[in-house]
Amino acid sequence: MEVKTANFEKKTIHSTTTVSGAEAVIKCLLEEGIDTIYGYPGGAIMPVYDELYKYQDKLHHVLTRHEQGATHAAQGYARVTGKVGVAIATSGPGATNLITGIADAQIDSTPLICITGQVGSHLLGSDAFQEIDIVGISTPITKWNYQITKASEIPEVFAKAFYIARSGRPGPVLIDITKDAQFASMDFSYKKCSGIRSYTPFPEVNLLAVQRAAEAMNQAKKPLIVFGQGVILGEAEALFKQVVEKSGIPAAWTILGLSALETKHPLNVGMVGMHGNYGPNMLTNECDVLIAIGMRFDDRVTGNLEQYAKQATVIHFEIDPAEINKNVKADIPVLGNVKETLQLLLEFLKPNEHTAWHQEFKDYYAKEYDKVIKHELNASEGELKMAEVIDEINTCFKGDAIIVSDVGQHQMVACRYAKFNSSRSNVTSGGLGTMGFALPAALGAKMGCPDREVVAIIGDGGYQMTIQELGTIFQTKSAVKIVLLNNGFLGMVRQWQQMFFERRYASTELVNPDFITIAKGYHIKTNQVTERSQLKDAVRDMFEANEPYFLEVKVEKEENVFPMIPTGAAVSEIRLE
Amino acid sequence: MEKKNFTVSVYTENNIGLLSRIAAIFLKRHINIESITASKSEVNGVMRFIIVVNVTEEKVIKIVGQIEKQIEVIKAFYHTDEELIYQETALYKIRSADFVEDLNIQDFIKETNARIVTVTPKFFVIEKTGKRQETENLYEKLKPYGLMQFVRSGTIAVSKNEMQISEILEKFNTNTVS
Repeated sequence: MEVKTANFEKKTIHSTTTVSGAEAVIKCLLEEGIDTIYGYPGGAIMPVYDELYKYQDKLHHVLTRHEQGATHAAQGYARVTGKVGVAIATSGPGATNLITGIADAQIDSTPLICITGQVGSHLLGSDAFQEIDIVGISTPITKWNYQITKASEIPEVFAKAFYIARSGRPGPVLIDITKDAQFASMDFSYKKCSGIRSYTPFPEVNLLAVQRAAEAMNQAKKPLIVFGQGVILGEAEALFKQVVEKSGIPAAWTILGLSALETKHPLNVGMVGMHGNYGPNMLTNECDVLIAIGMRFDDRVTGNLEQYAKQATVIHFEIDPAEINKNVKADIPVLGNVKETLQLLLEFLKPNEHTAWHQEFKDYYAKEYDKVIKHELNASEGELKMAEVIDEINTCFKGDAIIVSDVGQHQMVACRYAKFNSSRSNVTSGGLGTMGFALPAALGAKMGCPDREVVAIIGDGGYQMTIQELGTIFQTKSAVKIVLLNNGFLGMVRQWQQMFFERRYASTELVNPDFITIAKGYHIKTNQVTERSQLKDAVRDMFEANEPYFLEVKVEKEENVFPMIPTGAAVSEIRLE
Repeated sequence: MEKKNFTVSVYTENNIGLLSRIAAIFLKRHINIESITASKSEVNGVMRFIIVVNVTEEKVIKIVGQIEKQIEVIKAFYHTDEELIYQETALYKIRSADFVEDLNIQDFIKETNARIVTVTPKFFVIEKTGKRQETENLYEKLKPYGLMQFVRSGTIAVSKNEMQISEILEKFNTNTVS
C-alpha cells in the first residue's frame, strides 16, 4: 500500500510572490512539470493567454484549430508519455467543444487537465455572453471538477487536480476559472498534493487474495490471461512479462492493452473481443481459469455476458473496486495496483509451460490464417486491402513506431496487424470510439515522443472530423506520418448495414474531396497509392521523410473486417466469414 | 433478483456540486430516486446523504461502488429497512373550521400521536413523524376533509451497526502524519 505522505505535514516555509490569478495558473502548470499545453483562446480565458505570452519560453502553447483537437492532442501526449496532458479553452462553446475529449479520457482512463475560462463571478447564472455551466455539463465525465471564483484558491485546486488526474486509476479533471479570479492578485506559493482524505488511489492489497490467485493459476490446466491498459498505466509491463513467462500462460490483450507485451512474444496470443483473434475468443469459453489483469470486461470484449467464460474460475486484478463484479463476476478479486499485486503474485507462481494448451491457440491461429489473414496479406490482384498497408508499415518501421488509429474498420485492422516492440506505442480511442481522435492525438504523441516515429492510421470518415488539425501539424512542423485508408465509405457502419440491415447503405457512402490537394494546401508533403505496385515505395518514402507526411491509400471499397462476434453473440460464436 | 427498498447512506465532504455528481450516477443507470435528504452528519464538516431506491441488491452494490469512487465521497453504505432505524416527517395543513367542527380529526391526531405545531384562526398545521405507512394513514384520514397542503420529507435513517466514518478519517490523518 502506498503510504500517503504529507498532506498538511511539517509546514515548510514557501516563499510567496504576489501575482495575478492568471499568472498563478501558469506557475501551477510549471510547478507540475508541464512544458506543453494545447488550447484555443477566447474572451473569458484571455488573462491566462496574456500570461502565456510572457511565459512562452517556459511553457509551449500549441494552438489547435478546434478545442476538441486540443483535448485529443493532450490525450495523445499523455498516452505515450504517461504524463498529464493539459488542454485549455475559453468559456461557453470553447468549453463545450472539450466535452468529447474529456469523455474519451474518462472512459479510457487518461490523465488530463482541462482548464476553462468562465464569465466573471458576478455574472454567473445571468446567461451572460459565452456563459455555460461547464462544471454541470462535465460532472458525469470527469474524475473531478471544480469552479474557481477566487484567485487564492488556484494553487491548492491545481495541486489537487494534478494529484487526482494522475493517481490511482487516472482520469480527466476540469478546472473552470472565472475571469475575475484570473485578474485578481494573490500571494502565490505552491505545494504539491500528496493525499486527499476522501480518496484512496490504490485499494489496500489483500495478500490472501494474491495467494488464492496464484494457487488457482498454478493448478490450472487451461489458463488464459487477458490484459488491458492497467498493465501500462501501472507501469507494470516488465513484471507482467515475468508473470507470463514464469507461469507459461497464454496472454491475450484488449485493444487498450495492446503493446504492453511485444507482439512477437511467443506467449502473446492476440486480441480478444469483437474483431479479435479466433483463438483467444474461442478459448475464453474453454479455459479453466481466466486471469483478467487491468481490464474492465467491456461489452466489446465479452460479447454476450450470459455465455462468457461461464466454465472458468475468474481472477480479476483491478485497481478500481467499482469494476469488480460490474460485468463479470470475479471468483477471486485481487484489488490493488498491478505493479504491487503482480510482484507479490510472481513469488507464488510455479513455473509451467502448458505446451498442449498453447498448441490449441496455434491451431486456431492456423484456421484464422487460412480463412482470413492469408487473403488479407497476400492478395495479388484486386483492390488493396487495409491489412497490406499495415503490413508494409511493419516492414518499414519494424514495430518501433507509435501507431495512432482512429475509429472504425481501419482501427480494427491496425490493431490486428500492427506490430509493437515496446509499450505505450498503441494510441487509439477504445471505450468511447471517438472518430476524429487520431489526427490530433498523433500530433500530441509526436510532441510527447519527438524521437519516435508516429504513424496515424485514419479512415476517410474520421479524418474529416478533425481534418483542420492539419493546420496545427503544419504550424508546429510535427513530423507525423498520416496514412489515410480511403475506401469511400464509413466502412464499419457499412459492414453492419451489409450484415444486419440487408445492405441498405443509408448515408455511409462518402463523397470525398481531393485529400491530396487539401494536404498540399497546408504545405504537407503528399503521396497517393492507387495500385498495389506503388505501396512498397510509397511507405518507404514516408518512412524516410523527416517532416509531416500525408499518404493516401485507396483501398477496397467494400472490405469487411473478420473475425467478428456479432452483437449479442457469445465470444465462441465468432465468425471467420 | 427481486427489487426492494434500499437506503444508501453517503458521507461526503461539504462541496458544491456533489449532489449533482451523486444524482448523475442514478441518472446514467436510469434509476429513479424514491427520496433523498442531505444534512450534516455526526462528524464535523462531513455531510450525509440518505437516498432511498427501489432496485435489486446487485444493482445497489454497483451504485454504491460508483458513488464511493467519487473523489469527495468518504464512504457509502447501503442498508435494508431491517438494518435501520428510519423515519419520515409529514406536515398537514387543514382549515381551522374543519378542525374545530369535526371531532374525528381531533381523534385521529390523538390516535396517531401526531402533533399540532401551529394554530391560527384560518388553519392548523399538524406534524406526524413515523414510517411511511403511518404518515400515509393519517393522510388518508385527513384527505376527505380537504387538506389545504400536504408535504412529506425524505427518509432519514441511522443504521443499527456502526458506520465508522471518524475511524476512516482518523486513519487518513495518522497515515499523513507518520
